[in-house]
Amino acid sequence: MGMTMTQKILADHAGLPEVHAGDLIEARLDKVLGNDVTTPPAIKVFEGMGARKVFDKDKVIMVPDHFTPNKDIKSAELSQCMRCFARKQEISNYFELGQKEMGIEHVIIPDNGLILPGDTIVGADSHTCTYGALGAFATGVGSTDLACAMVSGKTWFKVPMAIRVDLARKPGPYVTGKDIILHLIGMIGVDGALYKSLEFFGEGVKELSMDQRLTISNMAIECGAKNGIFPVDEITLDYIAKTNPERFANKDYKVYMPDKDAQYDMTIRIDLDKVPLTVALPHLPSNTRDASEVKDMKIDQVVIGSCTNGREEDIKMAAELFAGKKVADGVRCIVIPGSQRVYRKALDEGWLKVFDDAGCVISTPTCGPCLGGHMGVLAEGERCVSTTNRNFVGRMGHVKSEVILSGVPVAVASAVMGRVATPFEL
Amino acid sequence: MSVKGKVFKYGNDVDTDVIIPARHLTSSDPVHLASHCMEDIDPEFVKNVKRGDVILAGCNFGCGSSREHAPIAIKASGVSLVIAESFARIFYRNAINVGLPIMECPEAYAIINAGDEVEADFDTGVIRDITTGQSFIAKPFPEFIKKIIDAGGLVEYTKSNSEV
Repeated sequence: MGMTMTQKILADHAGLPEVHAGDLIEARLDKVLGNDVTTPPAIKVFEGMGARKVFDKDKVIMVPDHFTPNKDIKSAELSQCMRCFARKQEISNYFELGQKEMGIEHVIIPDNGLILPGDTIVGADSHTCTYGALGAFATGVGSTDLACAMVSGKTWFKVPMAIRVDLARKPGPYVTGKDIILHLIGMIGVDGALYKSLEFFGEGVKELSMDQRLTISNMAIECGAKNGIFPVDEITLDYIAKTNPERFANKDYKVYMPDKDAQYDMTIRIDLDKVPLTVALPHLPSNTRDASEVKDMKIDQVVIGSCTNGREEDIKMAAELFAGKKVADGVRCIVIPGSQRVYRKALDEGWLKVFDDAGCVISTPTCGPCLGGHMGVLAEGERCVSTTNRNFVGRMGHVKSEVILSGVPVAVASAVMGRVATPFEL
Repeated sequence: MSVKGKVFKYGNDVDTDVIIPARHLTSSDPVHLASHCMEDIDPEFVKNVKRGDVILAGCNFGCGSSREHAPIAIKASGVSLVIAESFARIFYRNAINVGLPIMECPEAYAIINAGDEVEADFDTGVIRDITTGQSFIAKPFPEFIKKIIDAGGLVEYTKSNSEV
């Protein structure tokens, strides 16, 4: 019986000729990662086990991005705990605030060339699934799994079934990867792909830049998926050539395609030209609407950034749409470039000036408001249009605040209009 | 091994942000986390929960963030078992890893009421609603997961299977 892309990667990493959906396997890991919230509990487990050394100091990645620059003493202690451990273990991929390689984990890790096609990665962060965009198998785990993976370089997986998503045609104006993934989540629900892989195919894939694919894979978890993976094509290889020229030149990666008779649980076709500018209303990412049909929904705040939408293309798009415009009275708009590199690009290209002229707050890279950490927490009754990934009850602050998820164009338009709006109204 | 307690019943898609909001994640101390458990979905939970009680929920319990703080908070609050129609996959792993007992049983969710007294046997998978007298059978754990549980959690399992 044929295997899916995901199953082939897992079989190779388990040293097995083939695997089947439902098999429990132990797989070798190419990268293992954690952040300032999830790593300290993992360190406690690691040390409690009597472990001395991580399995490979070059394969462990640590990024303090959630509550940084630290919001209070306790969060500073979390960062300190991870920093000390990283130094002691000589972790080569520990990133410090302000370094040019630094930023939000799922923005910088691919951008620093740390993920290659065919890799298997676990991260103690649910959005680790982002790296599926590069043709890798990547999935989120908790802190104990992280600790054990840091010790052994291996973890167990249940081999997933898969949903095939065929992307056809080209997206319309202002329609981004965010609209596509929200649209899909709206179709299948927040548990529509529970325990399964999402595998994206079709002629529409080539219409999507790497940044757009990263956004789509990033939110695979929001419909319960174990991973969300794209096939490797010219766009992927160009990205690898740019981000890791050495390993690209050595062909130190592996491209997997599904077998012709691979088993898919279900096939979903999405005509990209029919995907509307999409928003997800409170309080689930599956509560989607055509943005143009949301009338008179006033807002207090807009957030542009996060591991979902803080990449160069996102910030560039925001600057282009904000040019010559002003943030509406009564609205705060917080722009958070996803990495130091994106921040610098925005500085060099004059995008920061556009944001400043428009009346936006410009923040250093951080997850901050996405999880109600800091840098834009909401009060009771406040409503925010956000390019982040979750709009659960209380996600960005008060239990009676609201988050509406959108792509960058709708977020900018909403900031300018002071209500949920589309860029066609600008 | 069996447990007995009163049922706290919730709906579908209970996410880890409502189980333990991120504002409390600057500490992973179980007592601290337990004092805020379920705060954003049921502010009365912490006041009313007693050692041994059971959470019963619909599908996709524990969706969202990978925070292990969520099963830790539930376990430390005294809850002896979470029964759900289905669990989000990271929560499922985390619960096994931190030793929070979980059972998948759609029938139990459909029929058992909030406030009922239930008893569950982990060895047989039998869930009995003492209040109504009805019984249900939970889905059995795969062999490999049983091994992790029997070893006393993932840490013990990993210790016995690799050179630490």
